[in-house]
Order: sequence, then structure tokens, then C-alpha cells
Amino acid sequence: MSAFRDKVSRAGAHGFSPTRISAMVMRHVYLLRRSWPRLLELAYWPIVQVLLWGFISKFFATNSTWVAQAAGVLLAGVLLWDVLFRSQLGVTISLLEELWSRNLGHLFISPLRPYELCISLTTMSLIRTLIGILPAALIAIPLYEYSIFDMGLPLLAFFSTLLVFGWALGLAIAAVLIRLGMAAENLAWLLVFVLAPISGIYYPIDVLPGWVQVIAWMFPAPYVFEGMREVLFHGVFRVDLMLAALALDLVYLLLGAGAFLYSFRVARVQGLLLRTGE
Amino acid sequence: MLEPAIRVTRLTKRYKTVLAVAALDFEVTRGSVTALLGGNGAGKTTTLSMIMGLVLPTSGAIEVLGQDMVHHRYRVLPRMNFSSPYVELPRSLTVQENLAVFARLYGIPDRTKACARLAEELDLTAFLKRATGTLSAGEKTRVMLAKSLLNQPELLLLDEPTASLDPDSADWIRTYLQDYQRRYGATVLMASHNMLEVERMCDDVMVMREGKIEHRGTPAELIRQFGRDTLEEVYLDIHRREGGARAAQ
Repeated sequence: MSAFRDKVSRAGAHGFSPTRISAMVMRHVYLLRRSWPRLLELAYWPIVQVLLWGFISKFFATNSTWVAQAAGVLLAGVLLWDVLFRSQLGVTISLLEELWSRNLGHLFISPLRPYELCISLTTMSLIRTLIGILPAALIAIPLYEYSIFDMGLPLLAFFSTLLVFGWALGLAIAAVLIRLGMAAENLAWLLVFVLAPISGIYYPIDVLPGWVQVIAWMFPAPYVFEGMREVLFHGVFRVDLMLAALALDLVYLLLGAGAFLYSFRVARVQGLLLRTGE
Repeated sequence: MLEPAIRVTRLTKRYKTVLAVAALDFEVTRGSVTALLGGNGAGKTTTLSMIMGLVLPTSGAIEVLGQDMVHHRYRVLPRMNFSSPYVELPRSLTVQENLAVFARLYGIPDRTKACARLAEELDLTAFLKRATGTLSAGEKTRVMLAKSLLNQPELLLLDEPTASLDPDSADWIRTYLQDYQRRYGATVLMASHNMLEVERMCDDVMVMREGKIEHRGTPAELIRQFGRDTLEEVYLDIHRREGGARAAQ
């Protein structure tokens, strides 16, 4: 075997390769870099949301004693909810880009491992989330004199927890996309909204009926939003809420990644990897 | 003696009620150019997909370059590659970007130089900065080929390598593939519907029907066996016989 082939062979046989992950990240960065509509789409909705909720907050600040106690509570809610939504979407859209371009066959005859694809999808999710959320968060500062960054370190904890939960949801949806192809495309956009009413984004969980509360506490998001309100209203960072959210994150991430890897195997059994595309 | 590039034993693939590949047995000699022929639904694509590890067999064994493809595919994937006009590269990425991504995926040493060399050989230099989706069929095929040769594969799998190309572009691709095969001693397994191409390029032909290999030999042997002048006539003979048998049923 030639020295070239020997090097390639050894690189490919390696069980985990940051180079392969970076290749997949590069592939999506190239795509974003040359497509301004894609970039605009990422930032558009979070900015519209912030504009809308900024004015609602202004109105409630003088008409609601609850909002008046912490003027940024609604804006912080909307921004953090968007972290979860963008994070989930970041995973699924990156996979959908592969399905749309019918590229899965090429990827899976390369030495790329399915778990490396998982990691690259989550890395892209982080990049897409930051591109989406940062402009919206920055716009709120001059427009409404509200900076979410004033929350300090707790913001990092809330952001990370919702980001990881978004990955878990994204991977679970990606698993369905691999199995069903484009027929399940709408799930990428809609599924996360099932959780919105029970996440306590704009109101405390205890306003929900008792049995709904039991369901709500099974997900990490309510712990984050309750934690956020504790910080904004009382200046207290509740470690207990954070730990519960992180523990649930871990469970959901394992379930999401497990579903993704399992669906990849099923796709190989059913011969779905070459039959993707519209 | 060198082990075969591909050894397939009792290979079977069943999709629910459809038997796509039925207990196939064959070997592909190292350094040979082998064609897999057959009508639509004969089992060619399923067989190729199982050899690549994209589809798991229902039963049977596949050894590629001495490795068990079902259980150790990552040992052999870096040593093989695949090109098909039906599996595309991201259309919005430029040719250069696509090659750079796949060079990284394959862990190619000195990536920039390797991509530039292939671009030069395959006459891609002029449109390296163009989006892959904007290229003509012939240009796309050459890009796809460049992607599939990035890792200097010992085993190259091709699905209709010259489909939808004009005669001149098709001839260019065939000449390049033959040259690559000789230069690197690669094994080529290709599915094709172009009998002239198969006659020109292949030293071994397997004709599949209903998931089984019905006939095998060199193009010359098959032509002699069927008492015909060209492989195209042989193929039509087999195909019509199939049609007749089906009608009789």
C-alpha cells in the first residue's frame, strides 16, 4: 500500500475524529456564508419576537404590577424560549440540508461515524442559535433599555440547559427524519411548540392545572424559566432548579442521541440512506 | 495469492415481502473492472449498497478488501469510494468547498495540494469557485469523480458513471477511469446500462435478474455464448427472454 493510502486508511479507521466533525461543520458554515437568505432567516424571527414582546413589556410595565417588578421578565422569557427553539431547529435544519441535497449516501460511505454527525449537528446548532439570538438580544438594549446579559452567570446556565434540551429534541426529530424522510419535514418546525404551554415561559408553572404541572416538571424547560424568574424577581439563583434541569437534560440527550443512532441502523436495514430527498 | 477485492457469500436482502437479492455468491478479483448488469429491479443497486455498507443484508456475508463489511465497515471505508449521478453533492457549495469537505472527511494528507491535483487532472480548475448546482451534467460528473478519487480508492464503485452525458464527455470519463484503474491497480465494480461502455471497460460481466446472477463471463465470452455480435444484443436477448418468461407465467 502506498504511503498516501496508508495515511488515509489509518485516519479513517480512527474511532473519533475532530477533523471529520470539523469537515461537517465547515460544510454548513460554507452554506451559511454564501446564502444571505439563510442568515437572515436565522435572525429574523427572534428580532420580530423581541420587537413585539418589547412593546408588550412596555405596556405591561405600567399596567401590571407583576411585570412592573421585573421589567425584563417577558423579554428574557422570549429570548430564552428562542434559544430552545433555535437549538432544536439548528440540529434538524442541518440534517434537512443533507436530505435536501441528497448527500447522505456520500456521507455514510465516507469514514464519518453517525455519532460524529451527531456532534457536528449539535455544533452547528450552537452556531445557528448564536447567530439567531445575539442580534435580537443586542437590539433590546437600545430599544427597551433591557440587557439580558445583566443576568450574569445564571444566563450562561439557562442558555446551556436550554441549548442541550434543544439538541435532545433536535436529535429525536432527526431520528424521525431519517426514518420518514421529507414527509416528516414539518415536525422540525412544529414539534417544540407542544412544549411551549407547559414550559412556563411567560407565567409560573403553578398556574397550570395540577395534572399538567406533573407533566411539565418532566421537562427541563420549566426549571429554567422558574429559575429565570427567581433571578429576575428575587435576585436568587436556585441551584436546586438548575441541577434538576441538568439531570433531565442528560436523560433527554441520551434518549435523543440513542433514537438518532437507532434510526440510522434501521435506515440501513430498510435501505433508506440512498432514498432520501424530495 | 491475493484475496479477492470483494467476496460475497449467500448474500440475501429482503424488504418485507420483496426479495431484492437472493443468496448471491460471487468474487471480484483485485485489479479487475467488473460490470453489474440487469434491468430495473434486478438487484444491482441493492447489491452495490450492501457492498458499501449503506444497506444491511438480511443474511449472508460480504468481505471487502479482506474485511467483514457488516461488522468492520470503518476499517475498509477509507479504502473505497463511490460515484453516482443519483447521489448528489451539496448544490450550493462551490466545487472547491465540496472537495475540501470530503478531503477532510477522508483525512487526506496535504488536502489543498490533493484537491488541486485532482482538479487539474479532471479539468475542474476553471470552475472550482462555481456552485456545484450550476454545473452542466458533464462537469458535475467530473466533480463527483474527483470526490470519489480523493482517497485514491483501492475499490471504486460506480453507478452508471456516464449516465446522461454527451458521447464526448462520456468518452473522456471512460478514458480517465481506465487510466486511473491502471495507474493505481484499483478494482472497479460498476453498474451500467451502457453496453458499449461495459464492452470497452470491463473484463468481467455479471448479469443479474431477480436478485440472482444469471450469467457471468468476459464480454467476449458472453457474446460468444449467446451467438451475438455485441453485448447490447446479448443484453436484449436476456431481457426479452425474461419478458417472455414473465408473459408465459
